[in-house]
Amino acid sequence: MFPRTRPALSVGVACLALSLTACGSGSGGGSSSGDAKVGLITKTDTNPYFVKMREGAEQAAKSAHVDLSTAAGKFDGDNASQVTALENMVASGVKGVLITPNDSKAIVPAIAKARAKGVLVIALDTPPEPQSAADALFATDNVKAGELIGAYAKAAMKGKAAKIATLDLAPGISVGVQRHDGFAKGFGIGATDPSIVCSQDTGGDQAKGQTAMENCLQKAPDINLVYTINEPAALGAYTALKAKGREKDVMIVSIDGGCTGVQAVKDGKIAATSQQYPLKMASDGVKAIVSYAKGGKKASGYTDTGVQLITDKAQTGIEAKDTGFGLQNCWG
Amino acid sequence: MAVSTSLAAGKDPLTLRRLLTTPVAGPFAALVLASVFFSVGTDRFLSGGNFSLILQQVMVVGTLAIGQTLIILTAGIDLSCGAVMAFGSILMARLAVHQGWPPLLAVLAGLLVCGAFGLLNGLLVQAVPLPPFIVTLGMLNVAFALTHLYSEEQTVTGLPGTLTALGRTFPLGRTDVTYGSLVTVALFLGFAYALGSTSWGRHVYALGNSSESARLSGIRVGRLTVSVYVVAGLVYGIAALLLVSRTGVGDPQAGQTDNLDSITAVVLGGTSLFGGRGTVLGTFVGVLIVGVFRNGLQLMGVSSVYQTLVTGVLVILAVTVDQLSRKGTR
Repeated sequence: MFPRTRPALSVGVACLALSLTACGSGSGGGSSSGDAKVGLITKTDTNPYFVKMREGAEQAAKSAHVDLSTAAGKFDGDNASQVTALENMVASGVKGVLITPNDSKAIVPAIAKARAKGVLVIALDTPPEPQSAADALFATDNVKAGELIGAYAKAAMKGKAAKIATLDLAPGISVGVQRHDGFAKGFGIGATDPSIVCSQDTGGDQAKGQTAMENCLQKAPDINLVYTINEPAALGAYTALKAKGREKDVMIVSIDGGCTGVQAVKDGKIAATSQQYPLKMASDGVKAIVSYAKGGKKASGYTDTGVQLITDKAQTGIEAKDTGFGLQNCWG
Repeated sequence: MAVSTSLAAGKDPLTLRRLLTTPVAGPFAALVLASVFFSVGTDRFLSGGNFSLILQQVMVVGTLAIGQTLIILTAGIDLSCGAVMAFGSILMARLAVHQGWPPLLAVLAGLLVCGAFGLLNGLLVQAVPLPPFIVTLGMLNVAFALTHLYSEEQTVTGLPGTLTALGRTFPLGRTDVTYGSLVTVALFLGFAYALGSTSWGRHVYALGNSSESARLSGIRVGRLTVSVYVVAGLVYGIAALLLVSRTGVGDPQAGQTDNLDSITAVVLGGTSLFGGRGTVLGTFVGVLIVGVFRNGLQLMGVSSVYQTLVTGVLVILAVTVDQLSRKGTR
């Protein structure tokens, strides 16, 4: 009745062969065997930001002669894959894990289990809720990142009345809220000030950023300042503005400091951006785990990995570096 | 194929043929080979604790895949299973935590609502009728949106013990096993019995092979189809409970790729996407194959993209096998 067995057996053979291949070309698979194992779990595999983070971890792991194993969620917000990866890393005997939580609250029980087994857990980029759920946090101060571009925009407006559009991240995600609030604070207004005439979520996506800006221009054609959660959203906004011939008289400010984003600052599409440093987060994280493995001292508390305002149109009284510096230190 | 031919020509054709004609044999061989490979490749794979871990990791998708198997056996497909589960789990969590319902009642409500989604799917497939792909594609979006509306995008924490009880462990030999994994195994055994040894099960196979001949032989096809979707929905409800017990939170983002993962497991387990052929035990093996690869590659320090790559290739191989064997039967 089921004469499919013979070919089915060959599936087994093929998968064995496959796993051999996968093993041979995998990263860190026993090539630099050292005395400690370190894990890195990012939000996704594909975002250049996390690619840079992985690069930083790989460099630090290589120079400290430790094994690094990496994993990621399948999509932004995928908690289940991160839990599974964390469990598997603990099972593989890691000394510590660096994790960028996809869901700040949902990851907490899994982190607690790992810590109970003596594994040092350091959150990168995004804190768990509560922050004390992880041993330590290495991240950008997102409020400060917002404040820097808020203060820059205030100075660049030179007293002109602002009609602001904010292209935000998504509801309930702390990074987006902190950056938005930071921007408002730096600009000297409340987070829901009436000068903010349009606020839309973009998920940090360029296409959605474009749609959001189109809708905002429809709603309030006199917008003259755009805050964006990140540079993809900013470039989407720029495309929408350009289609209306408004790209010269509307200022866009953003956050992130990716290479495409800094180039857009250099090209004059974006006025200024706050640059963050994922490579540093990861390499500092690996170093902290290595020192825990060697000396038993656990990293704790919050470590600010720094944020820098990047612009080629500096305003007096606002500390900034130019796009030359930005391009040297960008990610992606 | 050379390997299997030489095996088939072995010295004890009777028992060997029996073994090889079991539809689970191929996937099972793949599972064993993969396990042997990882046991040799890493010193931490072969331990009771690690097997218990893999079982915990696959129990949610495994349970979904039981419902998926039932539906695929009728020549249908269910794209909504992960989203329905997510809604069930967020409902259980919020009713218990925010509405102050007794936890058992919240669980019951979650189960019933998942069953209701199944009923709706079944009725649309049967009564209108619409292709299962379309119905469940629509229901995927409906359940997804309802989850996000109802949860207000908030993760629910502080669940009562009743909701997380299945995530607790008991010692078995020298390892700790979660109650939830036992539930999953029991479900697989129960459905293996229901499909293999009851008239309902035989009717499901008959329906999948040809709904017209099933109708002509006196099976009430409409009622049977709806019953399959309702049972699948209730199974998703159990998966919802397993999900919250595993993660300890109600997570509105959960389950987004679980529909595809469950189909992957069903296909890897040797069940035909064209209906009528396959077993729920095969699905269990399929689920374990995915779990073993993910765990084993991680233990070896191989990055997660390779896990996805391997899974993808395996799925294509499995369907190729199904197609070739179909040609062979003709």
